[in-house]
Amino acid sequence: MANELALYPVLVGSRIRSQLQYRTSFVLYVLGAFILTIADFVAIWAIFQHIPALEGWTLAEVCFFYGTSYVSFKATDMVVGHLDLLPEMIRTGGFDILLVRPLGSLFQLITADFALRHIGGIAQGLLVLGYALSQLSIDWDPGRVAMMAVMLVSAGLIFGSIWVIGASTVFWTLGSGLEVLNAFTYGGNAFTAYPLNVYSGWLRRILTFVVPLGFVNYFPSLYILGKEDPLGAPDILRFLSPVVAVIMVIIAQTAWRFGVRHYRSTGN
Amino acid sequence: MQLYWEVFLRGYRRYAMYRAATIAGVFTNTMFGFFRAAVLIALFASRDEVGGYDLSDALTFIFIGQGLLMTVYLWGWWDIALQIRSGDIVTDLTRPFDFQGYWLSMDLGRAVYHAIFRGIPPFVVGAIVFDLRLPADVLGWFAFLVSVVLAVCVSFAMRFILNLSAFWLLDYRGVGALVSGVWTVLSGFAIPISFFPEGLQLFARALPFAAVIQVPIDVFLGKYAGFELLGMLAGQVGWALALLALGRLMLGAASRRVVTQGG
Repeated sequence: MANELALYPVLVGSRIRSQLQYRTSFVLYVLGAFILTIADFVAIWAIFQHIPALEGWTLAEVCFFYGTSYVSFKATDMVVGHLDLLPEMIRTGGFDILLVRPLGSLFQLITADFALRHIGGIAQGLLVLGYALSQLSIDWDPGRVAMMAVMLVSAGLIFGSIWVIGASTVFWTLGSGLEVLNAFTYGGNAFTAYPLNVYSGWLRRILTFVVPLGFVNYFPSLYILGKEDPLGAPDILRFLSPVVAVIMVIIAQTAWRFGVRHYRSTGN
Repeated sequence: MQLYWEVFLRGYRRYAMYRAATIAGVFTNTMFGFFRAAVLIALFASRDEVGGYDLSDALTFIFIGQGLLMTVYLWGWWDIALQIRSGDIVTDLTRPFDFQGYWLSMDLGRAVYHAIFRGIPPFVVGAIVFDLRLPADVLGWFAFLVSVVLAVCVSFAMRFILNLSAFWLLDYRGVGALVSGVWTVLSGFAIPISFFPEGLQLFARALPFAAVIQVPIDVFLGKYAGFELLGMLAGQVGWALALLALGRLMLGAASRRVVTQGG
């Protein structure tokens, strides 16, 4: 574990340096990532051209959810998004190589790439979040500052765990498991970009508590924004994001180990 | 002609092979449909009408849009660019068929598969849960079918041009991401163009992107009749022809540039 922590910056540093070799290409990537994510923001902006508030939330408040969702999700995408390549690695037999090296297979997969271009998407999220913060008069006491930091870290861990759990199913389902996973990773990003009382019924309940996307930003944001929960959930939930994040990480680790143990090489 | 028909069938079968991926894709498309529907339901909670749409129109827009997404292949089609990168394109360029016609036939075959298996299911699920609109008569259905075929042609023509850019750019994916973002907004996929403020709306409607998503859905919703409907379809034909011609010009310019590596 200590060994891997020391290795991470070395490996990721080399990935970053290699990406920076192709300057023009890198700039276009970052710009592309920025424009691609701003498409989602245009939808919010267009909606607020017609109404002053969406289910009781102002544009600035919706931007707060949107911004925190994008910043944490795109940062996660940068660190673990290349888990999407696992089916290809299994098909070509590349995954077998990881298994004979003296490091964890998940660690090797995660350090195999570092998609720095996603800073374009992170920048877009920060910009929207910055707009939200400039419009909202949040009373930044130590509790709220701490909650903001805890929320973003927990959100990243929850998104990352969902990614790893989804990737673990690839050992049984090959490519198609990952396509379903998209509904919870990219879909989770779309879902948490709006306050959850916008959604309704079983879909909201499952995604809030089972997946558990409600802890990505909704509950902690209620604390930061000092808002009553329109859904009437107990106040204690506002403080549980780090607990949920740790539980998700444990589930993800277990799922991955279980998946690797059941892995049979495609070799011939 | 026989050749292009065979290629068309090949395009269909190629995608028909991945059953599990199709089911998973439908699941994801439908789920996103529900997310987007929820936001619009929240919008219509305080308004009865936005940009000439009522709630049923807007929800229909979402689910037809989710179905069209794969049919017109809005994101990430790089088959030709990959050939350019590997150099395999050289063999295809020397073969005795029309390169653009070959890929258009293949893409139309693909689109038929995606329309049936990725297009219809999300709409059916959406129609079970929500009150969605359907075309009023047979003519409405026919006009929609024509409009979707034209949308695929316009989309193909644009993807063809984007792919050919790989002849000049070493890394086409950055440009690809950039265009995908522009395309997502200006086609009306992210949110109906009718919801945009006036100026942006005029701008978006003047570009070919609208012909790929906004126009076929408006035709489905019966927003146009008579000569206006014919005008919209003619606009799609115009964009398809103009962009296909531009693609041909690019292909011509590129072929003169191609330097075959090695022996």
